[in-house]
Amino acid sequence: MTLRSITVRRASNLTATLLMGTATLLVLLPLVIIFYHIIKMGISSINLGFFTNIPQPPGEAGGGMANGIAGSGVMIGMASLLGLPVGIFGAIYLTEYGTGRLATAIRFCADVLSGIPSIITGMVAYSLLVVPLKGFSALAGSFALSLIMVPIVLRTTEEQLKMVPATLREASLALGVPLWRTSIKVTLRSALTGVITGILLAVARVAGETAPLLFTALGNQFWSRKLTEPMAALPLQIFSFAISPYEDWHRLAWAGALVLVVLMFGLSLAARWLGRTKHS
Amino acid sequence: MNCKLSIRDLNIHFGDNHAVKNTVMDVAENSVTAIIGPSGCGKSTVLRSINRMHDLTPSARVTGTIMLDDTDIYSRGVDPVTIRRRVGMVFQKPNPFPAMSIYDNVVAGYKLNGVLKKGEADEIVESSLKRVALWDEVKDRLRTGAVELSGGQQQRLCIARTIAVKPEVILMDEPASALDPISTLKIEELIEELKSKYTIVIVTHNMQQAARVSDVTAFFYLGELVEIGETRKVFTNPEKKQTEDYITGRFG
Repeated sequence: MTLRSITVRRASNLTATLLMGTATLLVLLPLVIIFYHIIKMGISSINLGFFTNIPQPPGEAGGGMANGIAGSGVMIGMASLLGLPVGIFGAIYLTEYGTGRLATAIRFCADVLSGIPSIITGMVAYSLLVVPLKGFSALAGSFALSLIMVPIVLRTTEEQLKMVPATLREASLALGVPLWRTSIKVTLRSALTGVITGILLAVARVAGETAPLLFTALGNQFWSRKLTEPMAALPLQIFSFAISPYEDWHRLAWAGALVLVVLMFGLSLAARWLGRTKHS
Repeated sequence: MNCKLSIRDLNIHFGDNHAVKNTVMDVAENSVTAIIGPSGCGKSTVLRSINRMHDLTPSARVTGTIMLDDTDIYSRGVDPVTIRRRVGMVFQKPNPFPAMSIYDNVVAGYKLNGVLKKGEADEIVESSLKRVALWDEVKDRLRTGAVELSGGQQQRLCIARTIAVKPEVILMDEPASALDPISTLKIEELIEELKSKYTIVIVTHNMQQAARVSDVTAFFYLGELVEIGETRKVFTNPEKKQTEDYITGRFG
């Protein structure tokens, strides 16, 4: 075999590097555009009032999205209470106990569940909770969000638990510690930072979900006091304000979008940071 | 001497792989039994069957009986957790719990089971660490992480952790193979020391080690127990040719 001349090889190397560099730039470009645009449109409406006031009728100054931010917090919290135990304990079952067909079936179902469009999750929550309870509610919204969280948390937790060395598990078992205690106190404990990373990513994912809340939490323009009544959420408010015909509501929608993006960016950063300290 | 462990017709399969075949052996109380043999001969597999560690491997199937005193550890209704409290294990690579301090590692068996009594902990830690001759080296830094210890110290910590829960039998799976010669010597001295109180079964690749620490030696080859007898006799005047070939390093 004869080698091609150094000039040809250098040229093809340069071409490949350029192509890949361009592709990388194209990947980054949308993110930059989104950030630039949202900051440009939203930053002017960000002030203290945005975080403390509820929406005002169009034309009146000083409206905010405090109820939407609080509602998102409440529903994400509730969804976490419902979904995290299921996902985490399900993952423990899969790694520590599940070996047969049931485990394979659960894994498959989790994969299918995470692939289901979130609007469908919302419709299911609607027919399971909204119809029987005769009304839109924060509860139904939280349930829909938890359905989205479960498969994400399940699979990320499972991956983290699998990475815990078998020697630690064996050390605990050999001391006469039952498997269930070993799973929680040794295996889960060792994988904790990774598990929390997965939880943060799941929270970041549902924080921006709009579709599953459309038929469940519905949203409103004031402070909600009951979980059995409609509740505002940040993405829902962005949606309804953005499609409204009022200029000042549009500005609020941009501000809301900026808050949401910063929140998700922060969660992703926190997840990365946790994941990084684990390996050092 | 009392027979502490009595193994009869032990067969262990992993799927289609027949790893241990028709093994019959007895282990006397307060003795050290060494299991030797080339890699893959089933010696660790036998060891791990004595505290039911194979229960966690779905493909593993264990048949036959292993009597621990009067308990058949594989009979229906016997809880593997109770067996593991009576039969402790020290592993090849030191495996202290990395998130725990030296102190907490010693009492890990109690802590993880949620049965640690505050008043007793100090006493358990001190006596266990003294027993493995680690107390003087670590008594001033009991609250530091166990991973900061050297490999040999970690392994002695793991032995302390094992004896802290007061087992009757201690299984050791090549406990010194990851350690330097001085640490190895310390572990061997410790084994000699522990014999008065515990029954010890040790798997080792190191034949000199088997000759130094054990009373009885069992030689496994291709999943079968070829020969078991008094260590001095197995090493100086083995009955089987295979044993002799292995011991003299003529194994092909």
